[in-house]
Amino acid sequence: MTQLTGAQLIVRLLERQGVQTIAGLPGGAILPFYDALSASSQIRHVLARHEQGAGFMAQGMARVSGVPQVCVASSGPGATNLVTAIADACLDSIPMVIITGQVPQAMIGTDAFQEVDIYGITVPITKHNFLVRSAEELLEVVPDAFRIAMSGRPGPVLIDVPKDVQNQLIEVQELPPPAVADLPPQLDLAAVEEAARMINEAVRPVLYLGGGVIHSGASPLAVQLAEQGGLPTTMTLMALGAMPVDHPLSVGMLGMHGARYTNFVLEEADLLICVGARFDDRAIGRAAQFCPNAKIVHIDVDRSELHKIKNAHVAIHADVTEALEALLPRVKAALRTDWLAQVADLKQRFPMQFPDIGDPRSHYGLIKAVADALDDEAVVATDVGQHQMWVAQAYPFRRPRQWLTSGGLGTMGFGLPTAMGAALAEPERTVVCFTGDGSFKMNIQELATLAEEGLNLKIVLMNNNALGLVYQQQALFYGKRQFASRYRVEPDFVKIAEGFGVPALDLDQADDPRAALAKALSEPGPCLIHATIDREQFVYPMVPPGAANTEMIGG
Amino acid sequence: MIEQVADPLPQATAVAKVVLELDVNNHPGVMSHICNLFARRAFNVEGILCMPVSDGKRSRIWLLVFDDHRLEQMVRQVEKLEDVLNVRRHGAEHEVFERLEGFFH
Repeated sequence: MTQLTGAQLIVRLLERQGVQTIAGLPGGAILPFYDALSASSQIRHVLARHEQGAGFMAQGMARVSGVPQVCVASSGPGATNLVTAIADACLDSIPMVIITGQVPQAMIGTDAFQEVDIYGITVPITKHNFLVRSAEELLEVVPDAFRIAMSGRPGPVLIDVPKDVQNQLIEVQELPPPAVADLPPQLDLAAVEEAARMINEAVRPVLYLGGGVIHSGASPLAVQLAEQGGLPTTMTLMALGAMPVDHPLSVGMLGMHGARYTNFVLEEADLLICVGARFDDRAIGRAAQFCPNAKIVHIDVDRSELHKIKNAHVAIHADVTEALEALLPRVKAALRTDWLAQVADLKQRFPMQFPDIGDPRSHYGLIKAVADALDDEAVVATDVGQHQMWVAQAYPFRRPRQWLTSGGLGTMGFGLPTAMGAALAEPERTVVCFTGDGSFKMNIQELATLAEEGLNLKIVLMNNNALGLVYQQQALFYGKRQFASRYRVEPDFVKIAEGFGVPALDLDQADDPRAALAKALSEPGPCLIHATIDREQFVYPMVPPGAANTEMIGG
Repeated sequence: MIEQVADPLPQATAVAKVVLELDVNNHPGVMSHICNLFARRAFNVEGILCMPVSDGKRSRIWLLVFDDHRLEQMVRQVEKLEDVLNVRRHGAEHEVFERLEGFFH
């Protein structure tokens, strides 16, 4: 029997769960927890400069590891600053446990200093949340939070802990065992049989992989299915890396900024095998006109995704790994020579265009030069905007969890702290964060944390001194009325980085940008690589909002 | 990024009502999770009734809703909630709300 405070109990339960690193920012209502955390020899705390940074650091750790990761903040503004990072994790199904301090229970509901109903606020943006009312409850709540975060479709779980609960002393007989994930849903073998029959009978099938394939660790199985069935394979933004981009069966990313041929291949399909994807509007364009000739097989661990946007002819509610394992022995080996020749023909006639890719001072050329200087072990994170889509189009992703991007919420400011999380979790890798000047400024304070931690992270800043994707849309869809999308003042990002203690390289000044880039990428530690790009370069092809995927402009 | 330009929602023409019967855990916040789910999808709950059952660890919630095309997706979302143990569907002929009419007229 041991006597513990609620705060000490939380720390013990986190240690038992195997937590190694926590990102956070202390404040009054979470100080008992921080006091207990200071005594932990297992858990390392990374002090963020803004709670949103802490939230995205936890996301970065979770995105590369697939294991729930933890961030901590105080009550009130500390908690509300986490909201964007939590919503982002919810939309991209990232397992995370968020611990917030709360004012003492006796003061809840009195508009106490730094009191905010973070439990109420996070109801729609978490997989589940808890307001803990006694230290005793922590014995159940903490393992439950981890179990829920990692079971089925992963997601963020918030635990709000009033200060008096953190200080409450309790006798603990025995700590509960570390949480494990719930068993996946029972596999419907009849549905698997039917899906296999449809694949075997299809003439022009396409395999459509989503983020669920990455979350389930099923990338090798998905590639095996494609090879066995002769299935051209497209990936969503969240699934890039599931199949190497240069695999002969890969037709690249679909959707709003996918290659023309990819969307044309989907147009021709007579069967769409959707695995761990959710028919997001950015991926499928106008839903009614997506794959108009195809029957649909849909595999997802979240039953509410089945039949949500498109009715599936066969819906399989299952963990993707289990479903693919059951499907593989039932799918006949097929060459599909005619169909693959048709796909190759479309690819040749409507290929992805990469103008100026040989010039490292162009946007595609810069991305290519970075990729050429790195191997597949590197992790690539992005922020949100034009640079994000260019990297998605041009970077050769060949490995699951190589690519970290904000897909569902599209959060500017995501890149730097998420890349830092990746570097914290996998210090042996080089981590690259592509960012734009608009996004970079949204969590730029984390440069201080980066300098302090000395992480092996290279920030590639593609600077057009504008909100490029807004500027692009105003040019294309708002009569070139470019309002509020260009900055009138341009900060000196090199000085800013150096001011924070992060070395910087200005590629604009380099005589040989390719050599300077390769040198900066190969040296350990943090570095900002600044490159000016042309504001008049747009992301193409582009499906106009509300249009069908075949109605692309440009590219 | 870019604004959503979705197809217009089909107008809710259905007038049929459905009664949903939910078994849930009984603690503060459960109602909030359920009502929030309907509210954020702009799905009106016409009637709501909740009482604890057995030892008070569980509650039963009765919801009266219109049977429009989104109901199936709503029910699936409700079933995903951690504190919802199961959901049963009844037709509008179910008497639970009818027997309360006296309190409202």
